[in-house]
Amino acid sequence: MVTLYRFTQRELRLLARQKADWLNPLLFFVIVLSLFPLGVGPEPNLLRIMAPGIVWIAALLSVLLAAERLFKDDYRNGVIEQLVAAQQPLLSFVLAKLITNWLSTGLPLVLLSPLVALLLNIDQASLVAMVFTLLLGTPLLSLLSVMGAALTVSADKGGILLALLILPLYIPLLIFASAAIEAASMALPYHGQLAIMLAMLLCAMALIPLAVISALKLNVS
Amino acid sequence: MFKWLHPYAKPETVYHLCGRLYPWLMALAVLLLLLGNIWGLAFTPPDYQQGDSYRIIHIHVPSAIMSMGTYSAMAIAAFTALVWQVKVAQWSVLALAPVGAVYTAIALITGMAWGKPMWGTWWVWDARLTSELILLFLYLGVIALSGAFSDRQTGAKAASLLAVIGVINLPVIHFSVEWWNTLHQGASITKFAKPSIDPSMLWPLLISILAFKILMLALLCLRLRNAILQNEQHRPWVKALAGGH
Repeated sequence: MVTLYRFTQRELRLLARQKADWLNPLLFFVIVLSLFPLGVGPEPNLLRIMAPGIVWIAALLSVLLAAERLFKDDYRNGVIEQLVAAQQPLLSFVLAKLITNWLSTGLPLVLLSPLVALLLNIDQASLVAMVFTLLLGTPLLSLLSVMGAALTVSADKGGILLALLILPLYIPLLIFASAAIEAASMALPYHGQLAIMLAMLLCAMALIPLAVISALKLNVS
Repeated sequence: MFKWLHPYAKPETVYHLCGRLYPWLMALAVLLLLLGNIWGLAFTPPDYQQGDSYRIIHIHVPSAIMSMGTYSAMAIAAFTALVWQVKVAQWSVLALAPVGAVYTAIALITGMAWGKPMWGTWWVWDARLTSELILLFLYLGVIALSGAFSDRQTGAKAASLLAVIGVINLPVIHFSVEWWNTLHQGASITKFAKPSIDPSMLWPLLISILAFKILMLALLCLRLRNAILQNEQHRPWVKALAGGH
């Protein structure tokens, strides 16, 4: 517990000093969102129909952008190697990474969602649904991207590879999140979709840290 | 059982075993492929609704079945590689991935060719088509990850890990895609009445499925032999083998 606190503190301090690491993906998110109306036309009804998909695809892309550098620095200065060599339990290191990754990429997306609703002409009910799906979905997105980053940490060409690994695994989340927002826009109940997203999140929370730990170990061995 | 299995974890034994099995498997695969496909393509009666165009089923269905079968074989090999650290299992993951990816691609392409005359379109976002496409992406991810490292051993291990993660996710992806589809489109045009297939069409189909399966095993033997030689090239037994020529 103490180590988890220490690691989280360290990660947060690093984030505070390297602001570009988490500000750029957020900026990217807003830019991608503003490109869609330019591409498909500013028709408010069309935007409202497409909004759930657009929001979730933009969220994925921005999280991917942030994920690439997640373990790179620690790998290059040998932090990961030292942790493995010192027989330190990697779990608290991985959990700290997950928590700070969500705080720096997932949570800002939730906070930005009213702005997104303005840009894409989303109504009140859909906005509430969007906030719920982002709250449940972005931690899962963080888990997936941390796993992808851990798998590719010592790979020569990480970036596009990371996308190829994560995108298929991300499809269920995309389907349920946009279905929930769509149901909300038609004033239908969307508890079912949220419940399934929560189930996926809990399963991922239990299993993915294990995969991340073994991925980190095989990358330094 | 472990005592019985243990010699098969040794690369040299596997190399020779694959060498002995390969000609038989390949000959059997070619024979069954010719039998199943010629019977299916030329000698079965035409379908009462689809006419002659249904005959692509003799390539489409076997490759679709084996695209999933190869993935499960690959995932079992990957699990073995991760848990018991068997090197031969790691190499067979890499040996199986391209075979499975090609089967998936064949299933998708023949499916599109079949869809054009039957549904009037090359592609519909149907649940089955979509999950097959995602399966192709998973295969490509495994192949790309295995090639991304300068150290071949790390690449093989990472690809094994990804294959296991993929197989855990596969049912989730499959059911979510199915659910997504039924939400949007309702009853789909693709649910053709499969169990009512006539025996005269069923037999060549079963033979073709068996042929694709044996072909997969034969290709596995061939590719695994290459992988063993490449990875063990500094071992004395490989040098003796190469020097013998």
